[in-house]
Amino acid sequence: MNALITIVVVALLTMFLGLRKAKKAMLPVIFTGLAIAFITNLLEWNNGNVSFPNMMVVDNFSVAFNGVMIFTTILVFMFAGNYYRSIDRPLEDIYSLMLFALCGAIVMTSFSNLTMLFIGIEILSISMYILAGSKKFDLASNEAALKYFLTGSFATGFLLFGISLIYGATGSFNLDKISEVIINEGNRLPQYFKVGLLLTMVGLAFKLAVAPFHFWAPDVYHGSPTLITAYMSTVVKTAGIAAFYKLFAEHFYAVKDLWSDTLWIFSIVTILTGNLIGLYQRNMKRLLAYSSISHAGYLLMAIVAVNALSANALLLYSAAYSIATILAFGIIIIVRDERKNDDIETFNGLGKTNPYMSLGMTVALLSLTGIPPLAGFAAKYYIFTTAMQDGYLWLVILALLGSVVSAVYYFKPIIAIYFKEGSWPPIPVTASYRFEIIFNTVVTLLLGLMPWVLMVL
Amino acid sequence: MITGILIISPLLASILIMMQKKNTNIRLIALISSILIFIFSIIALITFKNSAYPETLMTIPWMSSLGIDFRFAFDGISLMLILLTTFLIPIIILASYTVNRSKLHLFYGLIFLMEMALIGVFSSQDLLVFYLFWELTLIPAYFITAAWGGENRIKITFKFFIYTLFGSLVMLAAIIFIYFKTPLPHSFSFDSVFTAHLTSVEQIWIFSAFFLAFAIKIPIFPFHTWQPDTYTVAPPAGSMLLAGLMLKMGIYGIIRFILPMCSLVLDKLALPAIILSVTGIIYASIIALRQNDLKKLIAYVSIVHVGLMAAGSFVLNISTLQGVILQMISHGINVVGLFIVIDIIERRFNTRQISDLGGLVHKMPLFSILFMIILLGSIALPLTNGFAGEFLIFLGLFKFNPWLTAIAGLTIIFGAIYMLWMYQRVMLGKINENLDFSKSVLKWYELAALIPVAVLVIFIGVFPSLFLRISEPAINLIIYTINAISIG
Repeated sequence: MNALITIVVVALLTMFLGLRKAKKAMLPVIFTGLAIAFITNLLEWNNGNVSFPNMMVVDNFSVAFNGVMIFTTILVFMFAGNYYRSIDRPLEDIYSLMLFALCGAIVMTSFSNLTMLFIGIEILSISMYILAGSKKFDLASNEAALKYFLTGSFATGFLLFGISLIYGATGSFNLDKISEVIINEGNRLPQYFKVGLLLTMVGLAFKLAVAPFHFWAPDVYHGSPTLITAYMSTVVKTAGIAAFYKLFAEHFYAVKDLWSDTLWIFSIVTILTGNLIGLYQRNMKRLLAYSSISHAGYLLMAIVAVNALSANALLLYSAAYSIATILAFGIIIIVRDERKNDDIETFNGLGKTNPYMSLGMTVALLSLTGIPPLAGFAAKYYIFTTAMQDGYLWLVILALLGSVVSAVYYFKPIIAIYFKEGSWPPIPVTASYRFEIIFNTVVTLLLGLMPWVLMVL
Repeated sequence: MITGILIISPLLASILIMMQKKNTNIRLIALISSILIFIFSIIALITFKNSAYPETLMTIPWMSSLGIDFRFAFDGISLMLILLTTFLIPIIILASYTVNRSKLHLFYGLIFLMEMALIGVFSSQDLLVFYLFWELTLIPAYFITAAWGGENRIKITFKFFIYTLFGSLVMLAAIIFIYFKTPLPHSFSFDSVFTAHLTSVEQIWIFSAFFLAFAIKIPIFPFHTWQPDTYTVAPPAGSMLLAGLMLKMGIYGIIRFILPMCSLVLDKLALPAIILSVTGIIYASIIALRQNDLKKLIAYVSIVHVGLMAAGSFVLNISTLQGVILQMISHGINVVGLFIVIDIIERRFNTRQISDLGGLVHKMPLFSILFMIILLGSIALPLTNGFAGEFLIFLGLFKFNPWLTAIAGLTIIFGAIYMLWMYQRVMLGKINENLDFSKSVLKWYELAALIPVAVLVIFIGVFPSLFLRISEPAINLIIYTINAISIG
């Protein structure tokens, strides 16, 4: 909760700094603020379930996910200074919107009331709609914003409809009361409760880009400014999956039979769609968009099989996924900045000219593939174990086949980097970029070697 | 202690080499560290008590709550393969000691990474850690073949990568499945993995999954399609790593995992597996006869030899399994020797087409002798290293199924034909006039690589029992456990 307040204050501060045209002070203030938020968040670890009446509960689960999201945001902001260096104005709008989106994400991990869930999603989504279109004079960016907004509002509609049906069936927005009613009433709940459940699921699936509700993702990821895409595919996804877990695995667990089969299908369809369509991509951002779709499917596996390992599997997976994705997007930003293009061919011969960047990209993609000893392997392994523990053997086998397919497209950039000839000159890399690339690479490796750091839930 | 040193030292060597800038230093550091690691493994051999059980256990806790820990130890089988690895790496480094390559530091760094992964695979006592290292070998193998390989390498090596990744991911599913069948608390340690309660239906699935992974790696027919192209296109050192060491992981896996874990269904499934292996033997022999490219020829010959080993490894019999272990060592040495020979020829005459060569014996007598020794080892002449192993395997196969043995036995005839015929066309006869013999004298490093190989070919052939003794207790233990399971 303190973290949430800190971030709101930082966001407001950023806006005022913008009014004072204090461009230089802005990023230091944001970093300090986020660092404070990160620490105050961790201080709430093991404080028990601190409840804010009927609205929010801060428990270890939300602290852990908030930690991952704040950390990810810091990583994204580390790229921001260079990404926006050619723009003169202070950019308080973009930065503060990103921070507000983070507030929404934090609400999504700690809601105890369906209205809070809705508010959290909306804070997050509306900020993201604007951010997707923040390259005002770019056609693709405008298209991305509009597409994201239209499909997103549909999803919100579904979610809201679902929530109201659940309210109708159970008589409360409070999740503890709802769980109580579900356990007591069980099968005597009216039919439209099931409809509400399904609609809520669909609404959340939209936000997570779960197939068959993923159609917005490639265009939006491609059109948005790359920095925002990185933010969208990490923080938003982490928040979405945390909310999904909290709602379904924690509170609707008693009616698992009603939703687990549907989710099973969502999960496998997502993994296969993301990976198979990913094979045909020539653009790095679209490739990572499909990769991110497929990873949503892997994440859902831990919710299909709800057990003691699930929460931790999700935590490890979203951390490993976020760090690798930001590393990949960060390198795309640098390459695009120099070569004005983000097709895979742009990376030809990068291995010769920029060895550190190439190594970073390789590590990121290998981690996303799930090759040991990188973080992605530990995370995937954990997810598969979770699913296997509840006997979802076929889900695991299909997911593993999906991994093989994904290796094919994750290797396209690696092949381009190391084995294809490029005629581009070396890309000058600033010290801060280099630091961030090395930092992310090392974290990916360390998290793979020591996954127990995050095995805390 | 020694286990830890054996695993860490290649990693340290790899990091040290990758940080070097000057090419001359890199070669020397690589050579010295590879020899040092070989000495470490000799120390391991000297201190080895050979008690059938894994010795010098080293445990580093990892994800202990999930029952995964880094456990390393070695019994006779592991030690034999570790010795093979640490012996071949210096040979491989020597074989192309002065060859100019781009990014030399990465090349040698990857070789040492590979060495670490291989030692990890052979000495791991935890199923998931085994998988970890198994997968880790793929990365250096892929990059070595793809970065320093020949024509069309990108497509070919990518096929190799995806193929093997597919196999290993299927195995991962099986590994996780087994984990939940282990006695509580679930663990991946070999002790609990081998006591997992699996019904015979489950064992069929486990068998299939592991067999697929190992069959792709070895490769067994019909999963071999990646192999000839990859061996051909890889740089010489890459072919040596793949053929000499990496495929041994598959056979090691069969003996280590499939036999004890699927003992209930072994009598049913061993036959199809052996039939596949024997089919591969015949198939590859026939294709080998028609090859004009020396490297491709050796690639197919390799399929023949590993097919025989794979067939033997499914026969539950002490002497057969002993033969397989010995044959793994011999094959590793012979195939590396043959690749060195091809490399020497290619470097001198810029060709490895048999039809372009001829009469080398007149100008390169010493080379011809060394080549002949390695060749004879490869066709398993008595008193060379190939003989004892192949003989033991055939003996066991004969008890299992005489007809299959008769068919597989054709390989001896075929082997003599394609190898000797190749030798005849390359080394004997009239000197091919297009060849330039100006640089035909062998360099010191080529001799340093070839002579130990040739010496070992004869030494193992004359004293096979010295080597058989190392692995015997461990093999005995495996057979004993399997019999105990099927009785009790």
